[in-house]
Amino acid sequence: MNEKELIPHLFRTEYRKIVSVLCKLFGIDHIEVAEDIVSDTFLQASETWGLKGLPKNPTAWLYTVSKNKTIDFLRHNKIFDHKITSEMSRDESSYSEIDIDLSTENINDSQLRMMFAFCHPCIPLEAQIGLSLSILCGFGVEEIADAFLSTKDVIYKRLSRAKEKLKAEKINIELPAPSEINRRLEAVLTTMYLLFNEGYYSTSQDTTLRKDLCVEAMRLTYLLTENEITNRPAVNALLSLMCFHSSRFEARMNAQGEIVLYEDQDTGLWNQELIRKGQFYLSLASKGDQLSRYHVEAVIAYWHTHKEDTKEKWDNILRLYNKLLQLEYSPVAALNRTYALSKAAGKKTAIAEAEKLNLTSDHLYYALLGYLYTGVSNEKALKHYNTALNLAKTLHDKFGISRKIEQLKK
Amino acid sequence: MKDFLLVFRRDFVSDKVQPSPEQLQAMMKPWQDWMGSLGAQNKLVDAGNRLASEGKVVKPKNVVTNGPYVEIKEAIGGYIVIRANTLEEAAEISKGCPILTIGGNVEIRAIVPMDMNN
Repeated sequence: MNEKELIPHLFRTEYRKIVSVLCKLFGIDHIEVAEDIVSDTFLQASETWGLKGLPKNPTAWLYTVSKNKTIDFLRHNKIFDHKITSEMSRDESSYSEIDIDLSTENINDSQLRMMFAFCHPCIPLEAQIGLSLSILCGFGVEEIADAFLSTKDVIYKRLSRAKEKLKAEKINIELPAPSEINRRLEAVLTTMYLLFNEGYYSTSQDTTLRKDLCVEAMRLTYLLTENEITNRPAVNALLSLMCFHSSRFEARMNAQGEIVLYEDQDTGLWNQELIRKGQFYLSLASKGDQLSRYHVEAVIAYWHTHKEDTKEKWDNILRLYNKLLQLEYSPVAALNRTYALSKAAGKKTAIAEAEKLNLTSDHLYYALLGYLYTGVSNEKALKHYNTALNLAKTLHDKFGISRKIEQLKK
Repeated sequence: MKDFLLVFRRDFVSDKVQPSPEQLQAMMKPWQDWMGSLGAQNKLVDAGNRLASEGKVVKPKNVVTNGPYVEIKEAIGGYIVIRANTLEEAAEISKGCPILTIGGNVEIRAIVPMDMNN
């Protein structure tokens, strides 16, 4: 890698580590200071490395320069310095002894604490995801805007508003107390789940970006399994779910970037290693007596990794969707349950259930009815697919439905 | 939309109407399908609980009797909370309940929201 490729790469992997360590050191009031110091470090890297060539160990260079910048900053900002150094209970005269600990251990601990700070219920969910992407994943505002199909301006405002709120609420960058951990962990898991889904189901055209979102969600969830306090069954269940889903990443999109439906996927493209990892985390998740929605979803995803269309497979998937819907309603789960019912009990039974769903503003609902009526009454199937086409918003969705309509007309 | 409590009752006492363990096992799937169907329609507010057959009844003057079914043979086997527009709709929904297939019944009661109590 030359420095043109190396810097963006290191920015993605190292920025978040240094920022997290500095944030933990400075406290929530000074996130921007931490961000500025690290951004400055990378700016200096791109200037210096271009002129003088790459240092022997670029990562170590970044760590040393950001440490020096931090000490410099503390030295030149007396007011800030006084507040911070007293908070850090340091002797004011010995800046060089300020311990900016960039060991793997402290980096992981800092990132974990930041996850809990950002996934605080006092800020809206989309801001929690945004902050996590920006500071814990090193995503630029533009990439976040792309992922959310939004504009840089909107995202920028959303992030600054969220930071202000965290400051106003005086959120500490720390792991929650044992008595609070379950409740707070739930919020963190929700954010990780949505972050993953943002990548997996997003309508953004940028395939690399979408994969990155999934990888980041998995990395952060993995971080939770590495810590004794946060390594709960539900965390393992979520990680297992993510592994099973991402095992189909290559199979569910064709060369043109279009979604390939589960039924039509080339199972040879399913990633067996991720499937094995999913099974591993699923077995860890089954310790304990708590059954979260992630457990149920992980087992559903597990059954989907079975290639053969057996009765056992669809009976199980139906049973699990029944369970999931008793835990929590979502339109997607309702539609998927009905699909599973058609596989387990036939299309006619599923049609009767589908007609009770009342999801008449959702194009996926009509696409499901189109599927169910195909072969039962192609005329009705066509009518439903046309309604779906009218309701679909993205070109991708419209394209997929149009193809079904063409097949029916043949 | 209003919330309704569905109370499932059946005879737990008379020997000749008791389902066999196999029959009880076979009941699981229709129950799960029915509850899943309610869930898919977003009409399930609370998946409720199943109740064990043993129980006690406490009456005034420290009288405690065994079994919730002293005067009548029927006892509550479980309950759920559903969402429906009217009592009639809730009754219509209850017609799909699997307990009806083994001679049980469903009692439907509208839940009075907290603020209307005051």
